[in-house]
Amino acid sequence: MGAYFSEIFRGLQSLATGLGITFKEFFKPVVTVPYPYETIKMSDRFRGHIELVENEEGKPKCVACGMCQRACPSGCISLASKSVEYEVEVKGEMKTKKKKVLTKYNLNFTTCSLCGQCVESCNFGAITFSKEYNLASSRKEDFHFDLLNRLKERNS
Amino acid sequence: MSGPIHIQPGETFTLNVGPQHPATHGVLRVKMEMDGEYIVKAETVLGYIHRMHELMGENRTYPQVLPNLSRLDYLGALGYTHGHVLAVERAAGIEVPERAEYIRAITVELNRVASHLFWFGAFVMDLGGFTPLMYAIEDREYILDMLEAVTGSRLTYCYYRFGGLYNDIDDEFIDRARAFIPRMRKSLKKYDALVTGNIIFRKRLEGIGPISAEMCRKYGATGPVARGAGINFDVRKNEPYSVYPEFDFDVPVYDECDSLARYKVRMDEMEQSLRIIEQGLDKLPDGPIMPKKKPKLIKPPAGDYYQAVETARGSFGIRIVSDGTKNAYRFKLRSPTYSNMSLFDEACEGMMIMDALAMMGSLDLVIPEIDR
Repeated sequence: MGAYFSEIFRGLQSLATGLGITFKEFFKPVVTVPYPYETIKMSDRFRGHIELVENEEGKPKCVACGMCQRACPSGCISLASKSVEYEVEVKGEMKTKKKKVLTKYNLNFTTCSLCGQCVESCNFGAITFSKEYNLASSRKEDFHFDLLNRLKERNS
Repeated sequence: MSGPIHIQPGETFTLNVGPQHPATHGVLRVKMEMDGEYIVKAETVLGYIHRMHELMGENRTYPQVLPNLSRLDYLGALGYTHGHVLAVERAAGIEVPERAEYIRAITVELNRVASHLFWFGAFVMDLGGFTPLMYAIEDREYILDMLEAVTGSRLTYCYYRFGGLYNDIDDEFIDRARAFIPRMRKSLKKYDALVTGNIIFRKRLEGIGPISAEMCRKYGATGPVARGAGINFDVRKNEPYSVYPEFDFDVPVYDECDSLARYKVRMDEMEQSLRIIEQGLDKLPDGPIMPKKKPKLIKPPAGDYYQAVETARGSFGIRIVSDGTKNAYRFKLRSPTYSNMSLFDEACEGMMIMDALAMMGSLDLVIPEIDR
């Protein structure tokens, strides 16, 4: 009989302890953010979708070697290039040389798993992660990014 | 419309829990044959989110499989990627710098705390208490922010590379991790007073949901489930890997075999993880995070390689059979939750349904990892 009542007493005591803890939490500062009105700044290393990096002239740094395309596990990068002849001065002589210029750089973000192997494989530092995370849409096409266009829009 | 169904005495009926059910924490289906509120027979049905990760491991080159491993278990992803990189490093004979191994151990332990915290919240919510989940998520958020600043993602990390890491940790991370340890210790005391002592919580778990050591051995259960049944097995101690032999930590073991024992094991494990993080931050050596010599194309010599690691849920094993090409010939994942879940069928026979669901919560099931 004594054990019965002592258990009830200890049980009520444990409930009161719990209520005390939750009561204390009322006076703690708020830790959440009212999201659409306030947003959190993403950390420097946050991995959004990839983005092309520009050189001093505002052109993409990319030399269209295709390493990122090969490194990608899910094949979400597709790029195209054309060769352009240009003239350089080598030892006082004008010579024509060929180089590849990027004409298309598409990212299919629907299959990207943000592993970062494209950025890691790039020897020219031509791609980086964006900080964008407010991506929501009901249409699949909204996640097929034309990165070359995005770069142009950023510059204009 | 017919009237209410009257069940005759002695008649059983089939009850489907899931595939969409809050108690199963994912798309797991349990077919239960019920006699009133008592379970006569239960059968777990799997395969609703099978994604063929093992086959993908055989079709892709070794580095291309890296992001797959973190999709197995979204709560403790770093432990699984750790197992994968260790297995491939063993196969290809890649040396790992000491600093990288220390950072791996620190981040894995942080992830383990985050995983256990979420389990703690979800488990108490299964039993009907909503508030502890909010407190647990607040602490977990702190870890996720910390890991996001280093790894770049919040849940599905792809941070480890063969031979090292994607990028180094900075002073900010070390300061935050140091500040986190006393904060978490304070929180653990709070959880202890709020939940462990609670009379309703204890009445629902004490002596209920027995999983004996024998049953654990029969089904190959590992991790907190086995340690709650008195089996002192932890891969970090029994088959040491990485830099774990250099840390001083205990393996919590309880002999009660009930749901409360499994709860206690996980709560104690968080404290031990904090100890490992503390020591790791103190001992953290300087140096590179990637080896100087690293093969450009990973082609392990032909052979059979196995590596087991202790993840938040138990022993995770990865077997790679290489035929000397850039793809694995066989890529086998032994996931702990699969074994832990298999014993549910036998263990819940004759239990009341609410007790069985409480026991299911104490197994810490993460379904994508069962259906990998």
